[in-house]
Amino acid sequence: MKYVSTFGLGALTALGMTAMSMLPASAAWEPTKPVEFIVPAGTGGGADQMARTLQGIIAKHNLMSTQLVVINKSGGAGGEGFLDVKSNKGNPHKIVITLSNLFTTPLATGIPFNWKDLTPVAMLALDEFVLWVNAQEPYKTAQEYEAAIKAAPDNTFKMGGTGSKQEDQIITVAVEKALGKKMTYIPYKGGGEVAVQLVGGHINSSVNNPIEAVSQWRGDKLRPLCVFDSKPLPYTDKILGDLSWSSVPTCKSAGLDVEYLMLRGIFMPPGVSEEQVAYFVELFKKVRETPEWKQLMKDGAFNQTFMSGDEFKAWLDQSEATHKGLMQEAGFIAGN
Amino acid sequence: MNMIAENFTLLYHGFGIASDPFNILLMAIGILLGVIIGVLPGLGGANGVAILLPLTFSMSPTSAIILLTCIYWGALFGGAITSVLFNIPGEPWSVATTFDGHPMARSGRAGEALTAAFTSSFVGAFFAIVMITLIAPLVAQFALQFGPAEKFAVYFLAFASFVGMSKEPPAKTVVSMMIGFALAAVGLDMVTGQLRLTFGVTELLNGFDFLIAVIGLFGIGEILLTMEEGLEFRGKAAKIDPKVVWKTWKTLPRYWMTSLRSCIIGCWMGITPAGATPASFMAYGIAKRVSKNGKNFGNGEIEGVVAPETAAHAAGTAAMLPMLALGVPGSPTAAVLLGGLLIWGLQPGPMLFVEQGEFVWGLIASMYLGNIVGLILVLTTVPLFASILRIPFSIIAPVILVICAIGAYTVNNNVFDVLMMMVFGVLGYLLKKTNYPLAPLVLAIVLGDSAEEAFRQSLLGSGGSLSVFWSNGLVSSIMGLGVIAAIWPLIGMALNKLKASPQPA
Repeated sequence: MKYVSTFGLGALTALGMTAMSMLPASAAWEPTKPVEFIVPAGTGGGADQMARTLQGIIAKHNLMSTQLVVINKSGGAGGEGFLDVKSNKGNPHKIVITLSNLFTTPLATGIPFNWKDLTPVAMLALDEFVLWVNAQEPYKTAQEYEAAIKAAPDNTFKMGGTGSKQEDQIITVAVEKALGKKMTYIPYKGGGEVAVQLVGGHINSSVNNPIEAVSQWRGDKLRPLCVFDSKPLPYTDKILGDLSWSSVPTCKSAGLDVEYLMLRGIFMPPGVSEEQVAYFVELFKKVRETPEWKQLMKDGAFNQTFMSGDEFKAWLDQSEATHKGLMQEAGFIAGN
Repeated sequence: MNMIAENFTLLYHGFGIASDPFNILLMAIGILLGVIIGVLPGLGGANGVAILLPLTFSMSPTSAIILLTCIYWGALFGGAITSVLFNIPGEPWSVATTFDGHPMARSGRAGEALTAAFTSSFVGAFFAIVMITLIAPLVAQFALQFGPAEKFAVYFLAFASFVGMSKEPPAKTVVSMMIGFALAAVGLDMVTGQLRLTFGVTELLNGFDFLIAVIGLFGIGEILLTMEEGLEFRGKAAKIDPKVVWKTWKTLPRYWMTSLRSCIIGCWMGITPAGATPASFMAYGIAKRVSKNGKNFGNGEIEGVVAPETAAHAAGTAAMLPMLALGVPGSPTAAVLLGGLLIWGLQPGPMLFVEQGEFVWGLIASMYLGNIVGLILVLTTVPLFASILRIPFSIIAPVILVICAIGAYTVNNNVFDVLMMMVFGVLGYLLKKTNYPLAPLVLAIVLGDSAEEAFRQSLLGSGGSLSVFWSNGLVSSIMGLGVIAAIWPLIGMALNKLKASPQPA
């Protein structure tokens, strides 16, 4: 490194870099210029919040020698961002954070893209989904709400969610199947907007992620009925009165047999080397040790599963199959 | 009353925090950075704040948000500069400012236009801050009443107050607006999750970004027109008068009614949160209708600068309130700030005012101080910016082209957008030569998507019945206003005919 930098001349530096890249990988790879962090979603949503938190943590704790720059590419339900990463073959200075649109966008829109076009790096966490109603509604439990839906004619109850043919609507369709009643699904641009529409009484319920609605719960505006996971959440910090995330029952235990978790993972462009992937796996392992990350996990009641390598790939394979099945059943596949 | 008194006590403490010398210094730095960001089209306040966000993690949350919000104010101020000087709106809400601001610059009154724009910005923002101070909790409640139907009604009102206001024949206005709607429809349809009008071209996934269209239609189109007219900026004759600020100020109180109306429109739009863009268009449209100089709007009428700038800034400032009180960002910049709040461990939402009172009132106090600091800073730059127009066109045009290209590239980091900008430039030139108004096209590109979305969300909710737009007092009254605004030109024409008929032709 020193040898190269003493020259300082453009051409020679470039030459030096080429020479360096040809050296055997004795020293671990490190980024040499700012790394682009693509967010395939708009500003302010869950993925964006997480990416910006990561950027902040990495900058604050000096975990990377160069800068991490967050760029939103939300066009075509995130397709724009994924295609951008896909087309940057072999570029190690680009990473992308994913949400469920990694699977749903290509299926719903027919965009030529599959997660196998990217290099999986790591699963950072899984995001939970919670069934919410307005705190002024009479339904204290999921059972009461389910009974009300069942007792009313089809399409009486309005479910709000983020986007169309994405995770929120997939869950809604699964809920409809479980209850044998149709609901009216109304898509909005972002999760924060959905939560506020629910507070304003313009919809009857939502399946917001915990972090999108927790402040409304703390303010006693929204009430969580159940969580779409196989077991209750582990977080016991008090949120409203004596209630904490751990006091929210699973939907399954409330007679609503629906489970869904959303991937918050990191991918790189195709054709990057193993050292380059390893660098980012290590980076995110360090991030997980910081107090800011732990706080984010707690605030958002995330499922803190961490995976990388083959284990992660196997998980992705299975999750893709699940999504395909769910979307096929719901009739969400492009061309159908 | 009790609540208001309590707010004042809290605000007083807030001033103590915000007037710390370090915080005042941050304000000045923030405003200057913001102005630079605002001048470069495409970079925009959201990007500026996002880039600088990580730098603030070592500061206290209050200092950090003071710096970032001041960048936001600065960008709001700066957006007016390019609109007036070069007809390039750097932000969506500066579009309406170009309608009269640029003609003023071309007739040698750039200094006046800039002074009017900055001063109006200040007035609008100040009005909104006072409103936040007095009735923050009530206002948050009001925002909650806006569902899809109410939002559509607001967009409808924005379109309606704009129809028939241009000098061009109504048919041309409609054609122009429809082109805008068609362009806005490209990309993902949010309601069905399907791609529309992309023809398999992946570059079109994102649709047509408003900024690309505007930089092309206005900026490049303007340069093409000027080239045809003989490579000359008519603003060249502008005399640089250091007293221009003072002189303009003396004329401004005359427009207090326009200001007040625009302030109210702005606050309302900012809270709902329809945003600053419809606010600026609506305020301009209404001012044109109501003002006795209305006929001269579009030819360089100072009132045509005052109305949209006041409304845009009242809205931009008022939009901070839903962000803090409800956790819903009213603008992309506010969304980035929201991300910052979360890292500082502050959870925006109904409890923020209760749990983090010191932070909230420090921020509100900094809005007062930041705007005053900002106004003083930008006003001193007026003669400087106005003198840019004295540079020969053959030198300044390539510079503008480069700035436009960089701006278009920065929006999505995409070279395709630069090409699109060129295409829009040619389109803008052709439309201008054939006397099609550009404003309705731009309005449709900006608001077309949101209006369509709100319309379809409302109909989904109502099971397809249009009665949802008359289902409660709030939505009916906004729709009613919209209908009146839409048919106003017809009423006006009828009245004119009645008046004109007794006179011999």
